[in-house]
Amino acid sequence: MTPHPALQTRDLAVGYRTRRARRVVLERLNLSVRSGEFVCLLGPNGIGKSTLLRTLARMQPALWGTVELGGADLRSITPTELARRLGVVLAERVAVEALPARRIVELGRYPHSGWFGRMSESDRRVVDWAIDAVRVTHLAGRDFSLLSDGERQRVMIARALAQEPVLLLLDEPTAFLDVPSRVELMGLLRRLTRDGPLAVIVSTHDLELALRTADVVWLVMPGGELMIGAPEDVVMAGAFAEAFEGRQIRFDPGQRSFRLLTGDCGEAVVRGSGLRATLAAAVLEREGYAVVAENEGCARLVDAHDRGWRASIDDAQSSGADFASLAAFLRERRTGT
Amino acid sequence: MALVVALGGLFLLSLALGSTSVPLRRVIDVLTSMWRAPDAALDRDAAAIIVETIRLPRSLTAMLAGASLGIAGLQMQTLFRNPLADPFALGISSGASLGVALVVLGSGYGPAIAFGTAMGMRGDVLTTAAAITGAALVLGLVLIVSSRIANPTTVLILGLMFGYAVSAIVTVLVGASQPERLQQWAQWGFGSFSGVTWQRLRLFGPLTLSGVLIASATTKQLNALLLGENYARSMGLAVRRARLLTMLGASVLGAVVTAFCGPISFLGIAVPHLCRGLLGTSDHRLLVPAVVVMGSCVALVAQIVSLLPGSAGVLPLNAVTSLMGAPVVVAVLLRSRRGAFAG
Repeated sequence: MTPHPALQTRDLAVGYRTRRARRVVLERLNLSVRSGEFVCLLGPNGIGKSTLLRTLARMQPALWGTVELGGADLRSITPTELARRLGVVLAERVAVEALPARRIVELGRYPHSGWFGRMSESDRRVVDWAIDAVRVTHLAGRDFSLLSDGERQRVMIARALAQEPVLLLLDEPTAFLDVPSRVELMGLLRRLTRDGPLAVIVSTHDLELALRTADVVWLVMPGGELMIGAPEDVVMAGAFAEAFEGRQIRFDPGQRSFRLLTGDCGEAVVRGSGLRATLAAAVLEREGYAVVAENEGCARLVDAHDRGWRASIDDAQSSGADFASLAAFLRERRTGT
Repeated sequence: MALVVALGGLFLLSLALGSTSVPLRRVIDVLTSMWRAPDAALDRDAAAIIVETIRLPRSLTAMLAGASLGIAGLQMQTLFRNPLADPFALGISSGASLGVALVVLGSGYGPAIAFGTAMGMRGDVLTTAAAITGAALVLGLVLIVSSRIANPTTVLILGLMFGYAVSAIVTVLVGASQPERLQQWAQWGFGSFSGVTWQRLRLFGPLTLSGVLIASATTKQLNALLLGENYARSMGLAVRRARLLTMLGASVLGAVVTAFCGPISFLGIAVPHLCRGLLGTSDHRLLVPAVVVMGSCVALVAQIVSLLPGSAGVLPLNAVTSLMGAPVVVAVLLRSRRGAFAG
């Protein structure tokens, strides 16, 4: 809606200032987020994702450089003005007893309501809208402390939406959630950016989910620079492999997911098609084989067919009906028994 | 609403009961005649004089003190997100004790009395002044140091440590003092609403009332703080300033009550828990008025019980508040199964 980007940083450096020294965590950040964009901030643990988000939210001061929210310098706006532009959701669990979920969302009207926090008719409409936007209307009357982790996080997001911000910052909001709730939450955040003039920046460890949902990925590299782009462009640049290298995992660009490196038993070929072939390949990978395309000279072959599998590994043959028996056979071959 | 009715009843009851009981009808007569013709020297029998000059100021003091401690306790508990916090969490009562101990126990008693007399102060006024001074000094120190601290729990621990240190000095004073002065010192430590006369109520009343009103105006901030300081800040609360002002306000209320009535324990912790348990909410829009009324009620009940109606004996107020209140709070917490802060 505004001609300004929702967020703009210029030569921003984030980190910590102690009495003696400054510890720069990330620097030379020139970030720009437009209204309607869904940004995922990714990177290994402890590399500074939270520091960056905290700085963008003015929860800690920038070392140098500027942050602009909707065109206004972060340093010059009042707490109330800041709260009207920026909503924040944190990983921390909120322990509030004996308060209905709707009251929590109403707290989001803080920067808009008067001294006593009385809800006007328009405040109520915004609260209704926020509750509806995160699909928790059926929970509004329930005690917040009795909701599940995923439901609570949705209520906290509704509360942030009730501030009517241009930008929503979420620091690992899925940290405590089970897998279905994570998927739902990321889907919800993406939908929110489609529905209104809102930009969302979310830090997460859920790489695969982020790559499927984000418009833009900010990937913090080991050297402290930020790799920015559409998820697929960042994958093409090989940045994920680099950012997470040196571990017992390998990023598979085609699958856009990580594979466990369990050992090196050589290459193997899977014949067959459909889900059975895919799953047979998964078993092989887990047991330490690199699955390759059809190859005449390969001495290791697994044939996945409708009734089970038939395998030939270095002159030993076997067959079976389920994947557990395939895994057992592969382990036998490996230990040489 | 029921609470307000209970408060009215208790108020009348507290005027009627005492070492000699006055019929309720007579109490109402006295009150209405005071209301209609404050200066008329009508038929003032003993009952009227007792009610007017002793019991009325005492009951008003109890209500004001109860309301003050209740709301200050609520503020501290929410601010520090700690169910054990009370108005004296920052070492206020220790500071006040030190002031009083210096005057009552210290070798400076004689000179202080002489000084006080020269300034036109009576002994009890001197005690009050000493308590206020001591509390203010400790509070000032704690606030100055805590303004450099980000973590609220650290601030709480800091207040506790200051309290311990100051209490230690008091203990030294107690150990070195003479028995007759110890008696006087112990008397102060019992707590009492009886020391506040009409004349002193003129100061105590406005101080506590304005403190309670100011505290009531922080409802919105307290609700935001329910989510923790990080979230409160993200919603536009200037957290540091709010914390400083809340600590200041609650502590001043605690200090004023302590100065006039002695260290009244327990009310500040218990009343917020009672209200949360009874109302089943942590919404301060309900809790703030509730703690004011509930605090007044509890203080009146304690006052009535401590006088052992119908007898000449008197129990220490502090013993009554704790003995009576502790089981009630335990019952409320158990009944609501999960305390307002559990989990």
